[in-house]
Amino acid sequence: MERKEIMALLLAGGQGSRLGILTKNTAKPAVRYGGKYRFIDFPLSNCINSGIDTVGVLTQYQPLMLNQHIGIGIPWDLDRKNGGVTILAPHVKGGEEMGDWFMGTANAIYHNLEYIDRYDPEYVLILSGDHIYKMDYSKMLEFHKANNCTATIAVLEVPIEEASRFGIMNTLDDDKIYEFEEKPKNPKSNLASMGIYIFTWKKLRQALIDDNKIHANSDFGMHIIPKMLADGETLYAYRFEGYWKDVGTIESYWQANMELIKTVPEFNFYDNFWKIYTNTDNQPPQYVAAGAKLKQSIASEGCEIYGEVYSSVLGPDVTVEEGAVVRDSIIMENTVIKKGAVINRCIIDRNTTVGEGAELGCGENVPNEDKPNIYNTGITVAGENTVIPSEVKIGKNCVIYGHTSKEDYADGVLESGKTLMREGVKL
Amino acid sequence: MKAIGIILAGGNSEMRMGELTAYRAAAAMPVGASYRAIDFPLSSMTASGIGKIAVITQYNSRSLHDHLVSSKWWDLGRKKGGLFVLSPYTSKDNSSWFRGTADSIYQNISFLERSNEPYVAISSGDAVYKMNYKDIIAYHKEKGADITIVYKRMDRSVLYKYGVMQMDEDGRIFDFEEKPLDPQSDCASLGVYIIGRELLIDLLENAESEGRYDLVRDIIVRLRRRLKIYGYEFNGYWSSVGSGTEDYYRTNMDFLNKDIRDMFTKQAPYIDTKPKDEPPVKYNINAEVSDSVIGSGAIINGKVDHSVIFRRVFVGDRAVIKNSILMEGCYIGDDCVIENAILDKNVTVTAGKKVSGADGAPFVLSKNTVI
Repeated sequence: MERKEIMALLLAGGQGSRLGILTKNTAKPAVRYGGKYRFIDFPLSNCINSGIDTVGVLTQYQPLMLNQHIGIGIPWDLDRKNGGVTILAPHVKGGEEMGDWFMGTANAIYHNLEYIDRYDPEYVLILSGDHIYKMDYSKMLEFHKANNCTATIAVLEVPIEEASRFGIMNTLDDDKIYEFEEKPKNPKSNLASMGIYIFTWKKLRQALIDDNKIHANSDFGMHIIPKMLADGETLYAYRFEGYWKDVGTIESYWQANMELIKTVPEFNFYDNFWKIYTNTDNQPPQYVAAGAKLKQSIASEGCEIYGEVYSSVLGPDVTVEEGAVVRDSIIMENTVIKKGAVINRCIIDRNTTVGEGAELGCGENVPNEDKPNIYNTGITVAGENTVIPSEVKIGKNCVIYGHTSKEDYADGVLESGKTLMREGVKL
Repeated sequence: MKAIGIILAGGNSEMRMGELTAYRAAAAMPVGASYRAIDFPLSSMTASGIGKIAVITQYNSRSLHDHLVSSKWWDLGRKKGGLFVLSPYTSKDNSSWFRGTADSIYQNISFLERSNEPYVAISSGDAVYKMNYKDIIAYHKEKGADITIVYKRMDRSVLYKYGVMQMDEDGRIFDFEEKPLDPQSDCASLGVYIIGRELLIDLLENAESEGRYDLVRDIIVRLRRRLKIYGYEFNGYWSSVGSGTEDYYRTNMDFLNKDIRDMFTKQAPYIDTKPKDEPPVKYNINAEVSDSVIGSGAIINGKVDHSVIFRRVFVGDRAVIKNSILMEGCYIGDDCVIENAILDKNVTVTAGKKVSGADGAPFVLSKNTVI
């Protein structure tokens, strides 16, 4: 095995429970964004664009979709003889009766020491699959080397009044970190951690071994960083300027998608030299029929549009039939909106069928009864492989999942805030 | 699979297509907003289980090499078999260009000799179609044929462009006429053949020793009665993009037809092509698009009607595009009018300009033109 100066470890095991039904069967990093992409495409593309060709992807929660998506890494040019992408799943080690789950961010890395040691890297880059951004990690590495750091933590300047929602780095004038505070009540600085770290591997390796003797749920923010600071190690904050979006909730997910349909979006997908790569089966063109209307929207490969689409984001192979109207919505891969259906402010996951004349997103804005803290901004969400029968009316903040039929809708209506879950998904 | 594939992509149709193939092989012609012509025979072969394919190139092969630079998009990045892109080369005994289709295979005869599959499937590289070679090979075996030629029944008015064959009731060919003035049947050869590998080696060696270099004229027509040559009827969609500007235009416009489009884009096996990783198409607030196919990465501000728009095309505010084909990377400024035109790659039309051809005779702007 050839040595690598730097390799990346991508923490992709999270559920992302605040994304509700969207992460029922899928790990958060595999959730679709911007039509054809998935969250994990952003850090993976950033890696290869930054010259990092060795990436370990740590999976745990619902990994099937991620495994299929990543494969051997061809779309990102990460199919390599030496290095490339490796999926790292929890496993049983020799001599153990039972394996261990990954219990924390640092614990997950600790379980994969052997994998990292094979490449004997000088530095490791720790990433997550939860954010939308373009970043040149090689610049961050230069910064790390120039400052002789043990750890460099990428930070974003946030409005000080929001700082108490983040992990905050308190720094000296030259951005050397002297203190880390997780969600401080009275923040002293506005430099929020982006969950992107570069460590000098020798130092991190020892820290992981030491910390895992004490904490079973060893975590970078809670344990490793504070310990390094206490030990007097050199830690610097690396300021990132540019578009960076956390897409952790239904509302922020919807907002981040909607930013892409602005005439000049802040996030530029049309950059020739910093492309975002993704895995697409094939690349058919899309068709817009005579009489169709498609405005202020983006649409991916293979879409067939006969109806009207306004201010929406369409994934690959979406069909909008004649007379259907889609507004302010996100429609994912292979979903069919049948004739005359009306969709307002919805997120509709892949392989779903919305029946003829069905109306989604009508009525009053009542928070969801079961999960009011997840669905409360008026957005109705339909899960993957769902069937919605024709002519039903569905309110706001509703959740629909599975093969539903007319009988499931009293008087043909699902009131705002209701949840309808059925077994027997459409395959 | 019991067959290897050969795609004849050396053809140049400059005489017939003018500017469009001035800098690219006919097999590299962009088709249907996302593809190149060669994707169709290539995908048909791989979908039929053919895992070892040679693409024989000659004229303007750069664009084709660029397209085929990695074979993995067609699942041909293999240790066993895979994709072979063969161009003319010089050696101690030979320094000539390919003198014909048979010669182009003969000069690469080691590709045939170093295989052990019993059959060879041969296709032209500039036709848009989807075919299951397994069925044709099964037919070839059932008939005990030496050569099987795939044909399609065509309108008399176009037969003069094709090889026209006459068959007996069993499907055996007893006559074959190349580009006839008075066609004796409506069965046009599609330039798709199945032939035994060892037989092909023999036939090529014989032809070569007599100074004959053309697969159709010197082998098929000459030996039409001596060999058992059968016809296999193909009923599906088939269109050549190398036979003229109008055919090229029409083939692209055929993608506006739902049945044809669905056959290629929605029904497996799919047509594979080199990915370009373009973002979704962006339709801005005043975009008005109707009856058009659009490739990824395009940005539409104006009006597009009955057109084929390739990847990464930009259409400015109030611009009107009608009955046109805009290839990859074209930039159409504000208030432009483009009508009945074919714009080759990376054409820039600055604000307010008008480009317009006649109905049925599209106006062609060559690659990188700036107006």
